Amino acid sequence: MSLSLTNRHCWFEATARARINGLLDTGSFSEILPPAASQPSPHLAQLDLPGAFDDGVIVGYGQLEKKPIFVIAQEGQFMGGAVGEIHGAKIVGLLRRAAREKPAAVLFLIDSGGVRLHEANAGLIAISEIMRAVLDARAAGVPVIALVGGSCGAFGGMGIVAKLCSAILISEEGRLALSGPEVIETVAGVEEFDAKDRALVWRVTGGKHRYLMGDCAMLVDDDIAAFRTGTTAFLADWREPAPSAALLRARQQVLENRLAAYGTLRDGLQVWAALGVAQPESVPMLDRDSLVALKEGLPT
Amino acid sequence: MNAPHHREWDTLRQSRARRLERAASLGLVGKNGREIPVDRIIDLLEAVIQPGDRVCLEGNNQKQADFLSESLADCDPARIHHLSMVQSVLALPSHVDLFERGLANRLDFSFSGPQGARLAKLVQEQRIEIGAIHTYLELFGRYFLDLTPNVALIAAQAADAEGNLYLGPNTEDTPAIVEATAFKGGIVIAQVNERLEKLPRVDVPADWVDFTVLAPKPNYIEPLFTRDPAQITEVQVLMAMMAIKGIYAEYGVTRLNHGIGFDTAAIELLLPTYAADLGLKGKICTHWALNPHPTLIPAIESGFVESVHCFGSEVGMDAYISARSDVFFTGADGSMRSNRAFSQTAGLYACDMFIGSTLQMDMAGNSSTATLGRITGFGGAPNMGSDPHGRRHASPAWLKAGREAYGPNAIRGRKLVVQTVETFREHMAPVFVEELDAWKLQKTMGADLPPIMIYGDDVSHIVTEEGIANLLLCRTPEEREQAIRGVAGFTPVGMARDKAMVENLRDRGIVRRAEDLGIDPRMATRDLLAARSVKDLVRWSGGLYAPPSRFRNW
Amino acid sequence: MEMLEFRFDSKPGARPTDPALCGVVGSGNLEILVQPSEQPDCCQVRIKTSARGFGATWRAVIGDFAASHAAGGTAIAINDMGATPAVVSLRLAQALADYQGGAL
Repeated sequence: MSLSLTNRHCWFEATARARINGLLDTGSFSEILPPAASQPSPHLAQLDLPGAFDDGVIVGYGQLEKKPIFVIAQEGQFMGGAVGEIHGAKIVGLLRRAAREKPAAVLFLIDSGGVRLHEANAGLIAISEIMRAVLDARAAGVPVIALVGGSCGAFGGMGIVAKLCSAILISEEGRLALSGPEVIETVAGVEEFDAKDRALVWRVTGGKHRYLMGDCAMLVDDDIAAFRTGTTAFLADWREPAPSAALLRARQQVLENRLAAYGTLRDGLQVWAALGVAQPESVPMLDRDSLVALKEGLPT
Repeated sequence: MNAPHHREWDTLRQSRARRLERAASLGLVGKNGREIPVDRIIDLLEAVIQPGDRVCLEGNNQKQADFLSESLADCDPARIHHLSMVQSVLALPSHVDLFERGLANRLDFSFSGPQGARLAKLVQEQRIEIGAIHTYLELFGRYFLDLTPNVALIAAQAADAEGNLYLGPNTEDTPAIVEATAFKGGIVIAQVNERLEKLPRVDVPADWVDFTVLAPKPNYIEPLFTRDPAQITEVQVLMAMMAIKGIYAEYGVTRLNHGIGFDTAAIELLLPTYAADLGLKGKICTHWALNPHPTLIPAIESGFVESVHCFGSEVGMDAYISARSDVFFTGADGSMRSNRAFSQTAGLYACDMFIGSTLQMDMAGNSSTATLGRITGFGGAPNMGSDPHGRRHASPAWLKAGREAYGPNAIRGRKLVVQTVETFREHMAPVFVEELDAWKLQKTMGADLPPIMIYGDDVSHIVTEEGIANLLLCRTPEEREQAIRGVAGFTPVGMARDKAMVENLRDRGIVRRAEDLGIDPRMATRDLLAARSVKDLVRWSGGLYAPPSRFRNW
Repeated sequence: MEMLEFRFDSKPGARPTDPALCGVVGSGNLEILVQPSEQPDCCQVRIKTSARGFGATWRAVIGDFAASHAAGGTAIAINDMGATPAVVSLRLAQALADYQGGAL
């Protein structure tokens, strides 16, 4: 190993702003409602907490390989990336503008545990509005691509939002699920799910597992440049399909089949074995390229 | 004429024989490699240990004779009581249970981090008498003088049919303990993880061992020396840059020890990047007395490190160590042999620098990790962080420091003893204080002296986020005090500085800020770290490092 | 939460129109927004902080910053979640440098 390791800028640790800077063409990004023009959350102020100028999400537009792109980037280090009223309104506004202006894509950098509980109903409503806005943008022909790889993953309402996007690009550090591990343990007990067993959490919600299961279109290295090349490559081949009941029914059938096949399994290892992986225990240690090759070799 | 009063000169041998007879009468003969059935361990302990005995229980920094410790705590206090415990580390709950259950009443030790609060409570309740807190080498020395154990309860990796023991990479304190005990009529009982036909190597000859027992599960080893690079902060990176440029490079420090902590982990991870960019490879950090810190892997792989002698091993590092036999001390069998006593000796006399962190420091430079409500001891720091007057061989760093301290005609050198610490700890508790908690703790402990970890007299430099204070160049106590205040940042102590004096000290190079060292604080980002996660360390090691599960998400 | 406001004299420095933002409101961290102000010889700072009772320390840290940097003509707003003075000083220097365009 060598200093090429130190030249990587990992996605996992980077702030939302650093991710945008590395993802888009240099200097092309313009922020809508920048911190100086935005407002911190009035709900947090009422609870005697300092907010963030951008309420934990950055929205704007720029270019990716010269193509016009809209961007939403959640800041996972602020309140767990959770969605509050202003945070949600910025996202919804950006998506509605995308539906009108039809950029080449919206890149949705998700890094969130879901609803910001401090803001209660305002947070819940915000998430449902985001869901509506994602579907409307897609219906207008604009791909909405989720990029997941931060410390908060995509959980709760934002996990649902991720699955409503056209596709998800994920790194092995990323996670995608609905209920958080601690919540499952609290509600169902540690025998059901040991939230402190981090290897288990990643076998069940982590990027490699989601990629092998087909929930994510692409697995990329935990590296901002890798997300950039992955996104560029993905968009080059992607055509946003028109909304179609037939497509939805087909997808529902796939999910029903999946539930029937794997519904009783309790660990990623068992699922991978069922998928036809010869040595499931080796998956967590495989590098990205080896895992992609492995998946391509699996029976369909 | 009266015959001289008759004295027997072999009472220890007689006592040993009686203890072994008592055990034999219970069928515990230690045949077949000294082996005792695991369900007879309590019988054995109650047979060979006597009230008032001095017992050494192997609580090391890393390795724990946990089965023997729990078994001893389960013995009958009517049969075993008033034990004096001598041990390096009070690590396990069962170590404290011995006192709470009335089996032991006196303790001589070095470190008690995990049990610090329970120990303080026992002292308050007067259920324990602390003989003294020691540094490791000091305690080992007393095993050969006035704290020789009657019984030693140790942990080994394996025993063979004769009773020879293989200690493995976590050799640690065992050689010192066994030698003192076996050669003063004591009894040595070892718990082992496995029985082998043939040992990889013999670390303790069967002659020195009385009984072995196959423990129900492998002895516990604490991963004390693993630091997750993800926790290192920008401020720690800044301080590491200052230490490297302002001290390591200045003095040409090639032989050193790092006290464990995130501050020193940051330095280790900056060697392949920041230090290499400064052209320091081969000029600093070549020879180490150090536990096998995973965070040293990038520096080793980058060619900075020639040799490391270890106090103990570290969970997950054994395969990496075996594959780097040029660097680590390994046997012909391929596995490491560590040795705390010898590493501490190397750290005392052969290292040109010690650098570590602390919790509190006063205006004389005395530092302590002792805080109210906890009695934690110091481990190896007082030894590593002391200037040895017995040293005679010269090195450039030692001579340079000596000239700074004693002038151009110095007759001796000085070891660099560096304290690196941010000015505030968690909850905005200031590190720099007018009076250490150690004085209050002295009163509550009823101790002869305040528990000071490193004496101000020995400290050569202090590194904080505000800069570096060189105490060697201070000529009066007032200068020393202002030099310390001059790097104490915005703590009350720092704000009470004499600004004019501090500016004067800065002019004389006694206090240096980052700018004075040519360091732009904005460069201090985590991007400078050669590894930013445990996974990165695994990659650097080519997959040889196997971190324990608490550090992994895979 | 505590709200603090300070004004210190400071050497005038470059005053670009574009604001600069530095840092993130995570635990032990803070964000700093620097904008131009109307008064070239003065540095205005408004702080919202989760930690209470450290007004004197903030005053000392900001005062030190204003004295040692050309921060005159700036209006600085801070959202703080319990950062130590070490982190605050570092972040202030970064924010001012980003604002005045001293890219590394």
